[in-house]
Amino acid sequence: MTAPLLLPMATDIGNPTVNIVIFALFVLATLAIVLRASRNNRTAADFYAGGRSFTGPQNGIAIAGDYLSAASFLGIAGAIALNGYDGFLYSIGFLVAWLVALLLVAELLRNTGRFTMADVLSFRLKQRPVRMAAAISTLGVCFFYLLAQMAGAGGLVALLLGVSGRTGQSIVIAVVGAIMITYVLVGGMKGTTWVQIIKAVLLVIGAGIMTLWVLAKYSFNLSSLLGAAVDNSPAAGEKLLNPGLQYGATGVSKLDFISLALALVLGTAGLPHVLMRFYTVPNSKEARRSVSWAIWIIGIFYLFTLVLGYGAAAIVGPDAIKAAPGKANSAAPLLAFELGGELLLGVISAVAFATILAVVAGLTITASTSFAHDIYGSILKKGQISGDGEVRVARYTAVVIGIVAIIGGIFANGQNIAFLVALAFAVAASANLPTILYSLFWRRFNTRGALWSIYGGLGSAILLIAFSPVVSGKVDAKTGKSLSMITDTGIDFHWFPLDNPGIVSIPLAFVLGWLGTVTSKEPVDADKFAEMEVRSLTGAGAEKAVQH
Amino acid sequence: MSDTRSAGDPDLTTYRDVQLTPDFSELRRRFRRFVFPMTALFLVWYFLYVLLAAYAPGFMSHKVGGNINVALLFGLGQVVSTFAITMIYVRWADRRIDPDAERLRHQIEGADQ
Repeated sequence: MTAPLLLPMATDIGNPTVNIVIFALFVLATLAIVLRASRNNRTAADFYAGGRSFTGPQNGIAIAGDYLSAASFLGIAGAIALNGYDGFLYSIGFLVAWLVALLLVAELLRNTGRFTMADVLSFRLKQRPVRMAAAISTLGVCFFYLLAQMAGAGGLVALLLGVSGRTGQSIVIAVVGAIMITYVLVGGMKGTTWVQIIKAVLLVIGAGIMTLWVLAKYSFNLSSLLGAAVDNSPAAGEKLLNPGLQYGATGVSKLDFISLALALVLGTAGLPHVLMRFYTVPNSKEARRSVSWAIWIIGIFYLFTLVLGYGAAAIVGPDAIKAAPGKANSAAPLLAFELGGELLLGVISAVAFATILAVVAGLTITASTSFAHDIYGSILKKGQISGDGEVRVARYTAVVIGIVAIIGGIFANGQNIAFLVALAFAVAASANLPTILYSLFWRRFNTRGALWSIYGGLGSAILLIAFSPVVSGKVDAKTGKSLSMITDTGIDFHWFPLDNPGIVSIPLAFVLGWLGTVTSKEPVDADKFAEMEVRSLTGAGAEKAVQH
Repeated sequence: MSDTRSAGDPDLTTYRDVQLTPDFSELRRRFRRFVFPMTALFLVWYFLYVLLAAYAPGFMSHKVGGNINVALLFGLGQVVSTFAITMIYVRWADRRIDPDAERLRHQIEGADQ
């Protein structure tokens, strides 16, 4: 449409300059807020947990901001546009999963921990080995998730900013990484939280306007919208409305979907960057309100994506979506352009970019907190270190992780690594959730059970993925092109038939946790167990909000 | 492993003392009797949905009215049930957990200082 002024190549639609200006405004506004919010960023509780002074609704919005990654927004809308109902099915798992966090994890965790997941897991077990295992699993999940986000950034750059050259994309990824490091260094958890709040509000408003717009075009009649989507998708036709288009092909693909559903529903309550958000509120009642707010926002948002996905099929059409640079990911931006032209596209593009920024910042602060608090402070220095010293290490770590994310993002750019998000959920559900539940609810649970469950869950999930079709040996039957991470179709070492390891690794981790416990002679620390149980339910002795 | 001691034993830590009181047992029992069945309920409901979508596409594709089919209603039903469980739990916990938890917390923190 518009000739590019500064950039090497433009997309077919929209004006990259508008997109960049709107995104720059977002960055400036959030940086100003981060600077203001970070005046009181002295203690460890300030840096790691935002002084524990956010309200439940604020934290709930931030949780939604953290959780609704670009994969949820662009990915699910695109999946619905192309694969119809199965994309919606996917989003339901992401939503229902929050009930595990609400009922079993959030409040009890808030009452017993300080900064990290490892605080809770090592509470009544042998400190060092369990903390180490929990920290390794935390860093693993964060790394997979981070890499997936950064790799997606490259594709988004091509689509939204019109930068299609490899070097240009790398520069943009580096700029995004540098902004993210600034947020985390300057703002700590407080600044990161505000970035997530602002981003969540923009995302929900943007998606909400588009949803109303699409519905208005069909006189607010969902049935006619669905009919239009079917009419405009000759290849899929009626099947667009039914389950099975993506996952229903064979017995193996159905099993694969069950495996994915298991990882989604049990993974959320084990994601370290989600768990850490529960420490930013003053008490368990606010943690409960946070999850309640998050569930409402996330649920309503997924209803929006249902309309946006079918709207994109009806208004943009599957052929135009498949032909765009980002393929399925471009469904929502293309729909925005069809509806509101350059300006709406610019807003939606900037929101999508802000999403990556906010999610990556949340992951970085989680990983650096875990390294500084668990590995450096508690294991290497055996707790003999001041909060200031720990926070300094956390800041250095944040820079290192930021650089790793930038380099990873540049190398991963354009690779088939969308499976990394599913892997992060599978690892969270296998390595983290069983140990969290056992240590909260099972008196007898002990150190060996925790170590077997964490390392067994982590190891089996990664091993099964490495030997699954997503890494090698998956070939598109029609085109003969590789769909795996290793694109050389001559290399094929997969023996595990499923893309998703959850159906094996999650039950295995639960069994290992039980088996390790019953075969160990370690006595139960009755005093510590009493402390944990009483604290978790009453909130006695829980960390208080910081008074400034 | 069995513990024959009871609340009020002067050798016990404050937390163990509280853990053995009837008030705390009642709080724990009440909490678990709500959250465990509720968790089982929503997991069964969710996996029923997933299994039907995978293995009974014919039933799920049945049109109910216009282009609205069973699968869509089932999916929206999952969203509605998630919202409902959230509201029910928050109301329940505010009324049935918080006051007693608060009382025990004051008791413990008072005794600690």
